[in-house]
Amino acid sequence: MTGEPLLKVDGLIKHFPIGRKVIGPGGLATVKAVDGVSFELARGETLGIVGESGCGKSTVAKTLVRLEEPTSGTATFEGEDIFAMSARRLRKLRREVQIIFQDPYGSLNPRMTVGDIITEAWEIHKDTVPRRQRKTQAQELLERVGLDPGMINRYPHQFSGGQRQRIGIARALTLRPKIIICDEPVSALDVSVQAQVVNLLEEIQDDFGLSYIFIAHDLSVVRHISDRVGVMYLGRIVELGNEQQIYEEATHPYTQALLSAVPIPDPDESAVAKANRIVLEGDVPSPIDPPSGCHFRTRCWKADSRCAEEDPELIDRFAHGHPSACHYAAMRDPVA
Amino acid sequence: MTAPSQEPHVVLAPGDRLLEVRDLTVEFRTTHGVVNAVNGVSFSLDRGETLAILGESGSGKSVSAQALMGLIDTPPGFITDGQILFHGEDLLANRHLQRQIRGRAITMIFQDALSALNPVYTVGWQIGEQLRVHRKMSRKATRARVIELMELVKIPNAAARVDDFPHQFSGGMRQRAMIAMALALDPEILIADEPTTALDVTVQAQVMELLDDLRRELGMALILITHDLGVVTEVAHRVAVMYAGRIVEQGDVNSVFKNPAHPYTEGLMKSIPRVTDKGHRLVPITGAPPSLSRIPSGCPFHPRCPYKRPDTCVEERPLLRSVLPGRLTACHFAEEVLS
Repeated sequence: MTGEPLLKVDGLIKHFPIGRKVIGPGGLATVKAVDGVSFELARGETLGIVGESGCGKSTVAKTLVRLEEPTSGTATFEGEDIFAMSARRLRKLRREVQIIFQDPYGSLNPRMTVGDIITEAWEIHKDTVPRRQRKTQAQELLERVGLDPGMINRYPHQFSGGQRQRIGIARALTLRPKIIICDEPVSALDVSVQAQVVNLLEEIQDDFGLSYIFIAHDLSVVRHISDRVGVMYLGRIVELGNEQQIYEEATHPYTQALLSAVPIPDPDESAVAKANRIVLEGDVPSPIDPPSGCHFRTRCWKADSRCAEEDPELIDRFAHGHPSACHYAAMRDPVA
Repeated sequence: MTAPSQEPHVVLAPGDRLLEVRDLTVEFRTTHGVVNAVNGVSFSLDRGETLAILGESGSGKSVSAQALMGLIDTPPGFITDGQILFHGEDLLANRHLQRQIRGRAITMIFQDALSALNPVYTVGWQIGEQLRVHRKMSRKATRARVIELMELVKIPNAAARVDDFPHQFSGGMRQRAMIAMALALDPEILIADEPTTALDVTVQAQVMELLDDLRRELGMALILITHDLGVVTEVAHRVAVMYAGRIVEQGDVNSVFKNPAHPYTEGLMKSIPRVTDKGHRLVPITGAPPSLSRIPSGCPFHPRCPYKRPDTCVEERPLLRSVLPGRLTACHFAEEVLS
């Protein structure tokens, strides 16, 4: 990484109040969706964020564009604090940071034509593209994402899921952003169509000089597209490193278990993978009342009394080359 | 989990197949026209075997399973052709027999366990319902058997959790409760329709392992309906790949995935990224799966196929044929795909 990071997130916390506690001392119960997350994003880089449902990965995305207000923490974009921005400044931020959502059906207004959907941002940010050029520019964008520009007057329901996701991508590109946050962009698509959209995202990254925060639960897709990867569990990043470090040299027990649980579609490798599998007991605990100390300790085979008392920091303890939030971080010896 | 392929297959006389589906054809007559959901699907299933039906959304895999269970609503759905032979008896010709078998000898679990469970009854009551109705078991005996079933599917602390309501169960535990319910009447075939799609990957591993263990312990046959090639590789012996309402390739999982004979299977294998390797550029299948109300002429895969020949593939529908021992493929140019 050279120079200042494009985006820097420090100690991000988002707690949702959910009404009064039934048991225990009074006060409001809160869902601790994001519980102290820090990371940096460099220019032109793709940072993958993986984790299971409820780990807080989508909430991180929403707070970064202030679709949710954070409880505390800071996030700076090109040195400027996102969470302290005025409404006016925020409007400008939204040109720089765009988001693509998972659901290609729910995220497009069914009553607007594709042309309206794409040019809407130019209506709001009037100084970007002159009115006369909007149609041609919209058509160029459609062509760039692999759609027929002649379809500009059609409605979302006339497109397949993969095509709708392409429309979502075209819309995200309209204001020439620097960062696109992709929140599960391919998980609603058929297997045979996913690869098309992944390839498109990689192409436009080069063309438009984009940085991505790529949020997904599919570990294979994240490995393929990411330069660096953060693994989240119950509102915290438990391990952060480059793609190689996370997928080949993971030191956090959760990362190791998560990776070992992925079924592998190659008959030869599948047997080895199964022999190496760490099958975790139970489910992810509720984020309303996460375990004390290390959040993962209730499912961890290494946990002892220290893990219940002491929050493990996300640091590189034993010179593994990347930080891991485990008191006993260590690389795994393959069983096979 | 042991590798499924290690187990010997029971050799049966042709008439003694556990299940044989022949030429199953299902259509839905809607106001927008006829949807040809299943178009002549044939497969068989032996005792203790796991058959995976692999396909994307709209490939007809779930409708095939619903037809097996007699769950197609008529109208709009019509089974217009075919036979479903269970121990040699045609369930489609004998509706009474089908009702006898559904939920007992053949049971099914679904993707969405939360909506499959009734929120106002306890989990234990719902698992025991069939025992009370079909086996006329007493309340006390039912309760004891329900706790046994819950232990069988490894729900921890079963004796205490039998009185819990579905919302008190996590996603993985709900799917276990569904499995317990499906096992209550000692089925011979369990159909699992995307049983782990809604679950997280660590919980998915638990549930797939459980299903595989239960199959072995109880000697059931398992039909696994899924879109996940990884899950198929791990737990199935044989796989049937469906596209546009047809089986396009069928055979032993190892052999099909190592050496696909149909361009669609080959395309799927090439287009998915691997967790074991960062890989280079993905090679997608072009286009999108067809609508089942407008299935392309000839080979339904031809508009997306890199091997297509304009005349043959557009005009002639390829039939499933044997291309290798134990391998069936519906492609005119399977030999070219294999080489």
